[in-house]
Amino acid sequence: MSLRSPVGRVLGLGAAGEGVGHWWTQRVTSVALVLLGLWFVFALIALPDRSYETVTAWMHAPFNAVMLSLLVGTAVYHSQLGVEVVVEDYVSDHAAKIVTLLALKFIHIVLGALGIFSVLRVAFGSAA
Amino acid sequence: MAQFRLPKNSVVGVGKTYPAPSGAKDVRSFRIYRFDPESGQNPRYDTYEVDMATCGPMVLDALIKIKNEIDPTLTFRRSCREGICGSCAMNIDGVNTLACTRATEDVKGTVKIFPLPHMPVIKDLVPDLTNFYAQYASVKPWLQTRTPAPPDRERLQSKEDQEKIDRPAACILCACCSTSCPSYWWNGDRYLGPAALLAAYRWIVDTRDEATGERLDALEDPFKLYRCHTIMNCTEACPKDLNPAKAIAEIKKKMAERRH
Repeated sequence: MSLRSPVGRVLGLGAAGEGVGHWWTQRVTSVALVLLGLWFVFALIALPDRSYETVTAWMHAPFNAVMLSLLVGTAVYHSQLGVEVVVEDYVSDHAAKIVTLLALKFIHIVLGALGIFSVLRVAFGSAA
Repeated sequence: MAQFRLPKNSVVGVGKTYPAPSGAKDVRSFRIYRFDPESGQNPRYDTYEVDMATCGPMVLDALIKIKNEIDPTLTFRRSCREGICGSCAMNIDGVNTLACTRATEDVKGTVKIFPLPHMPVIKDLVPDLTNFYAQYASVKPWLQTRTPAPPDRERLQSKEDQEKIDRPAACILCACCSTSCPSYWWNGDRYLGPAALLAAYRWIVDTRDEATGERLDALEDPFKLYRCHTIMNCTEACPKDLNPAKAIAEIKKKMAERRH
């Protein structure tokens, strides 16, 4: 049993001095995702057909490859920010929380790298 | 993990039913959460049948009638019976509200009454609000200045500036909002909750206060402030029709504003 005063417990270790960056970035990335998502959908609709050849040829265009890489990167970043909040909300054990947060961060970085590498591989691959 | 099920010793059993006196015509049932820590038993639901012909219109009237005439062991907080003291906050028909301003006739069927959710229960409908009050105290809910007060009069404030704090200052600290918030349920030890943040906001926008920066500094924390995910239960629950969710959003905006 702790004899610490209730106010002492609430004040705890004080304010971490962060949180606003995370909050702001989550909103900025969601706006970016709306724009990138709209571009992606409309660009696909505008293609004459959705065959393997047409789409890989479309991905060879530098602008499309860059936009696709940004879409993958932003989506992964936004997902990482969101999942972090879920873990902080529901995992109260400190050690389990840190381990889960780190694991999720690594998974997201790997997913992002894989996604962007895949886009670039198609973009730089030989034309179909 | 956040706790989604009641621990074994908190599972609620079925208790006694107190039938209405014979000859009662307008009978309403009140199913009330009962817990006595000294009994060593699990909590239970007791059902009281009340003759509404001899009872006042509000849920608090019925509770007082039950305590006076049926079962004096029923425990609850009450004081002003007109929605200004915040003592009789409880969960009635699934909604956190004040028993004194909630009319029994607005509740359909059996009136189910619980203590405020997810708080330690002291007895029956009395929750332990120690942590809640400590969180309120932690935001320093008083005027902080560097400029000495004028010697011959009060600190002046324009009418428009007063209007900014009129609503948030009307909070009665009943805890209906904080105890309706899932984020507060899961992280109530670190998240300050809507009531304390509304109080913080009331001083952040007070034009006479000179500690705005320090107040924002003290809140800039992933847990103290940013556990709020705009769920809006707080605003929905507030029996004074205040808007803690908006106040929290305004604090977040100010946090972002001072970075750019």
